[in-house]
Amino acid sequence: MAEAKLAEKPVAATGAEVLTVKDLQAWYGESHILHGINFNVKAGEVVTLLGRNGAGKTTTLKSIMGVIGKRSGSIRFDNKEIIRTTSDKIARLGIAFCPEERGIFSSLDVRENLLLPPVVRPGGLPLDQIFTLFPNLRERLTSQGTKLSGGEQQMLAIARILRTGARFLMLDEPTEGLAPVIIQQIGHTIARLKSQGFTILLVEQNFRFASTVADRYYIVEHGKVIDGFANSELSANMDKLHTYLGV
Amino acid sequence: MQALYAQLLVGLINGSFYALLSLGLAVIFGMLNIINFAHGALYMMGAFVAYFLLNLGGINYWWALIIAPVVVGVFGMILERTMLQWLAGLDHLYGLLLTFGIALIVQGVFQNYFGSSGLPYSIPDQLKGGVNLGFMFLPIYRGWVVIFSLVVCLATWFLIEKTQLGAYLRAATENPTLVRAFGINVPRMITLTYGLGVGLAALAGVLSAPINQVRPLMGADLIIVVFAVVVIGGMGSIMGSIITGFALGVIEGLTKYFYPEASNTVVFVLMVVVLLVKPTGLTGRAA
Repeated sequence: MAEAKLAEKPVAATGAEVLTVKDLQAWYGESHILHGINFNVKAGEVVTLLGRNGAGKTTTLKSIMGVIGKRSGSIRFDNKEIIRTTSDKIARLGIAFCPEERGIFSSLDVRENLLLPPVVRPGGLPLDQIFTLFPNLRERLTSQGTKLSGGEQQMLAIARILRTGARFLMLDEPTEGLAPVIIQQIGHTIARLKSQGFTILLVEQNFRFASTVADRYYIVEHGKVIDGFANSELSANMDKLHTYLGV
Repeated sequence: MQALYAQLLVGLINGSFYALLSLGLAVIFGMLNIINFAHGALYMMGAFVAYFLLNLGGINYWWALIIAPVVVGVFGMILERTMLQWLAGLDHLYGLLLTFGIALIVQGVFQNYFGSSGLPYSIPDQLKGGVNLGFMFLPIYRGWVVIFSLVVCLATWFLIEKTQLGAYLRAATENPTLVRAFGINVPRMITLTYGLGVGLAALAGVLSAPINQVRPLMGADLIIVVFAVVVIGGMGSIMGSIITGFALGVIEGLTKYFYPEASNTVVFVLMVVVLLVKPTGLTGRAA
């Protein structure tokens, strides 16, 4: 199968593979969502999963994070198989997740939201660096988490996982529903994190945004990875991409 | 006037038990989504553990205040691990029925061995006697119960609202999946929360033993009122359940003075009114 080969296709390698997903299948109750996802992420890369709504991008991230009840296949992170690992232990291996719905807690103020994820290993961003990235948050520390604007909530959702020392970040549609200025700010943040050596797995609908930060892309359709290419091959793949995404 | 103050004191004492019990129920409901009908039985167990400690082991009241909540808390955690955890995600009704069944079994076992009459548990020496406040005579033990309960309630409130552990708890009440994905062992936290909630019930049981005697059905009688308190206060807030607990105790006491015939029903009348006017309870948030 063509998609089985994709995982081995060496495009824009920047380091050792930190995440290798092979034949990942996942179910929500009775419905079979992922039908064999194959891809990899190398240390220091920004990899973006593209695809239409309902293709299985979010489910892929959730499966890696271990929050999907039933999954099979193989997910190797830092040379450890984690397909059977519970999500709290996966987090402690150094994977951090910023969900699409942001997951800001309304019964916690901004400071509590920010300090909620426990530090899983040394090397997380200190608070003053986080406030340099997201100055708005410093002003709003005592506000209720969900009283923030959508953009501020997104910043908070990203900021809180930077503290933990996790070096592998999964961001699920961080630009969804946000104003262009804020999208730009998030773009700068991702670039900055990449330069600091973070590895980032991004899910995006906003292809133009993704093209400003990603090293490589994988196309997800009907629960499978059907194509993949590097950012440098982008223009050559534009036509295909339009077909895949239906834009 | 003496009688009014006396009834107010009785009201405050009942309010202390309502507050300790409804606080535990609120914490458990928040985390486990379970309406813990076994709460009254666990309160009773707390009193019995104190009774056993004293009569079988010669271990005094002060130790019982620590040991009984721990013993009953561990018993609760075993219940949670072996039974309640399997109800996660199901309708409230399942948890209610299961815990109701547990309550009946526990109470039945104690009734089988100890009958229905009360066993005496005497006030510890240090808290015997009373003081004349000028306007009324205050039995020291009763004053102690009110103040100690208040301190425990406020400490629990502080733990939940102002500490990092409490932040985990509140966050996990909202979105356990995400909290777990941050690296927190949520199932273990749920077990400990149930232990904390029933530990508070057991503590109330120990406090109540010298006042109300130790009886197998002591919790069954109380828990119905406590559920009314919870409905009135609303499940949403910790402080709400504390204040509602004490307030309703006092209202009951005042009713006993001004219109004794209604003293046993006033809480339920209030419950009906609150349900009609604000179904989520006075401090509760809409679901």
